[in-house]
Amino acid sequence: MQQPKPDGVTPSQTVGPYFAYGLTSNGKYDWNDAFTNNLVTADTSGERIRIEGQVFDGDGAVVPDCMLEIWQADAQGRFSDPQDKRALPNTSFKGFGRIGTDAKGGYAFDTIKPGQVADPDGKPQAPHIMLAVFARGMLLHNYSRIYFDGEAANASDPVLALVPADRRATLIATRQPGGNAVYRFDIHLQGDKETVFFDV
Amino acid sequence: MTLVYPVQSLAAHPPRLSPAYKSTVKRSPSKPLIPMRHTLSELTGPVYGHETVRENDHDLTIQGKSEPLGERIIVHGHVLDEDGRGVPNTLVELWQANACGRYVHVVDQHPAPLDPNFTGAGRAQSDAQGYYRFVTIKPGAYPWGNHHNAWRPAHIHFSVFGHSFVSRLVTQMYFPGDPLFPFDPIFNSVTDEKARNRMISAFDLENTKPDWALCYRFNIVLRGRNATPMEKK
Repeated sequence: MQQPKPDGVTPSQTVGPYFAYGLTSNGKYDWNDAFTNNLVTADTSGERIRIEGQVFDGDGAVVPDCMLEIWQADAQGRFSDPQDKRALPNTSFKGFGRIGTDAKGGYAFDTIKPGQVADPDGKPQAPHIMLAVFARGMLLHNYSRIYFDGEAANASDPVLALVPADRRATLIATRQPGGNAVYRFDIHLQGDKETVFFDV
Repeated sequence: MTLVYPVQSLAAHPPRLSPAYKSTVKRSPSKPLIPMRHTLSELTGPVYGHETVRENDHDLTIQGKSEPLGERIIVHGHVLDEDGRGVPNTLVELWQANACGRYVHVVDQHPAPLDPNFTGAGRAQSDAQGYYRFVTIKPGAYPWGNHHNAWRPAHIHFSVFGHSFVSRLVTQMYFPGDPLFPFDPIFNSVTDEKARNRMISAFDLENTKPDWALCYRFNIVLRGRNATPMEKK
C-alpha cells in the first residue's frame, strides 16, 4: 500500500536527557530492554571481544547521558538482515547493540570481531563495526566506524583511505594489554581529538 | 526493489550546531563530516521481530496497578519511506513525560508529581503496511534550563529503525497548536517550516474513540527511496 508521496523525511530531534527508562533501562527502571550491550549468543562463532571507552564533549568533559548503538557483521562478514543476499548466518547473532553511558561517560560492548564485508566494487573492507552516537545536545545522531589496530587490512580499506591520515587513529580501537581481547575506543564529539564522523 | 539513501534527504534535519539550543555548542562536530559511498554496512540494519515486542507494550495506560492520571489518547500512523511506501515490521519505541510533565528518569527532579501508574515507555512493531498504534496519556509541558523561563512544548519521543542503519531516526512528536512552539529552540532547530510541520501530529477526529479517548495521527517518514522508479523503465 502506498500513501501520497511525502514532501520529505521527518526531521530528527535530540534523544534528550531522559531516554534511559525507555531505551537503556538496564534494570534501573520498570521496563524491559529491547537491546543490550552484549551481542554474544551461545551459538555465535568468532573471536569474543570487548570494546570499551568513554565519550567526551568539546571541553573534554565526560558525557554521562549518551546513547551508543552498534551494527556489525558476524565473524564470516555476513549481516543478520535479509537484505544481505548471501547465505544468512545460521546463528542467533543479531549484530546490534545499544548502551547508555555511565556517570563517567563510560561504555562497553561485548561482541565478536566481525569478518570482512565488501565495498560496492567488491573490494574487501577491513573489519569494522558501525557506530551511531546519540545524546542531549545532539539534534541528529552521528555515524562513525570502529576499526581494529593491528589489522593488516586497514592499510587498504577504502573508507579509511577517505579520511585525512592525521585523523585516522580516531577510528581505530586499540588493543589493551592482557590476555582478554579488550579494545579501547574513546569518542570525542568535538575538538582537536574529534572522532571522525561520516556524512552518510 | 532496491532502496537508496541520498544524502540530500538529510537537508530536512536540523543543523547539528544550533546555538539557541545551548547543549549543541560543545556536542556538535567542529570538523567536516567525511562523505563516503554506502556499503553493505550502511545499507543493512537490525531486524527484530515479535519477540522484541510484548502483547501490551503499545498500551502505556495498563502497565501499572491502575490507570494513570491524565488525558487518554491514541497515537497512531504509518512508518513510511520517502516514496510513501509503508515500512513493514519495524520497531517503533517511544518515551514521554506524564500528564504533569514529569519524567520517571532519576535526573528529572522538577517539582511536579510522578504517577505511580505511569512509566512512559512503550514499544510497537509496524504491521505489513507500516501501521503502528499506541495508547497513552497526553504528556504535559515541562520547564528546562536552556534559558530563562524555558518550557518544552508537550512532545512524545520516538525511536524508529526502518530498512537500514542509515534510515535510523530519533525524533519528537508534537501536538497541533501548541502555544510554546515559537519559544522552543529544539522545535525551531528545524529551519524549514514545512519540515518542522512534519513533526506535528494531526488531530484525528475520525479515529477518536467516543466516550474513551481522543486520537492523534503521526506519520513518520524515514530515509529510503526506490533506486529505479517505475516510470523510468
